[in-house]
Amino acid sequence: MENLRPNSANPKADLNYRRKKNAEEMRYQVVSFALMIFLTLIAFAVVHFEGFSHWFVAPFIMLLAVVQVIFQLYYFMHMSHKGHETPQLFLFSGLSVALITVLTFVTITWI
Amino acid sequence: MASVQEKFTEMTWPSSPEKATLEAKNKFLGFWFFLGGETVLFGSLFATYLALKDKVPDSSHPLAKDLYSMDLTFAATMLLLTSSLTSVYAMYHMKNFNFQRMQAWLLITVLLGAAFLGLEIYEFNHYVHEGHKFTSSAFGSAFYSLVGFHGGHVAFGLLWILSLMVRNAKRGLDLYNAPKFYVASLYWHFIDVVWVFIFTVVYLMGMVG
Repeated sequence: MENLRPNSANPKADLNYRRKKNAEEMRYQVVSFALMIFLTLIAFAVVHFEGFSHWFVAPFIMLLAVVQVIFQLYYFMHMSHKGHETPQLFLFSGLSVALITVLTFVTITWI
Repeated sequence: MASVQEKFTEMTWPSSPEKATLEAKNKFLGFWFFLGGETVLFGSLFATYLALKDKVPDSSHPLAKDLYSMDLTFAATMLLLTSSLTSVYAMYHMKNFNFQRMQAWLLITVLLGAAFLGLEIYEFNHYVHEGHKFTSSAFGSAFYSLVGFHGGHVAFGLLWILSLMVRNAKRGLDLYNAPKFYVASLYWHFIDVVWVFIFTVVYLMGMVG
């Protein structure tokens, strides 16, 4: 592993650099958490207000959910990092089957 | 390739311990494959719920808009969302080779998850008293299958994280257990991803009507 061989004469330099990078990433994580909470608050507020039409509320809160899940997947689950090409293939394959199933059940089933 | 048995210090700890060994790389890929399968599973449960929502035999049965409470759903959502952030903090300390702090944040994650599960049990018990049962209607079966399956995942995740914490309490961090902690945190985030759709599709859309 390249990170086991620090390329500086000062062995602490590599550690300090990595600490700083980790702390920086953690800041981004906290920012994405704040955004996720904000999106959740909007979704609950829109439903709580009751003044909007059903035809606006349903697609709007769905959109908020999708944006929030993108934050969750790409930041919290690190899918934005390098080396996540195969996880993306797995997840999006699963997602496409899931979406087709949902589409089928809400359109061509009747009970 | 780093060795699994090697004793590390914060100086020698790799920057991506979750992918530093062959076993870790395999675990990482295998787990994402599993998450792809879980997506299909929950997709079919969501599809069933959407098709059977409010399908009850007669008007004596409560419908979605009569049952769901915004306060309870909001509290559960905040608990689970926050627990997702606390497990990110745990992985942050894992990458910094700080075992004690990682354990502490994992414990907070478990406590938040347990509080979420407590709320869910209270909620289900309340619904059963309102006449909304697993066997009372197609709506009831679909609801408890979807939300119950998610709750089951939460319960399993709690047991998983707790077992990792207890089993490795004396060992400390190494390349044998770092990938295990990482994969458990991925699972926990996935549970949160599913909950985002549950609170939107089931609860909020149910309240809208």
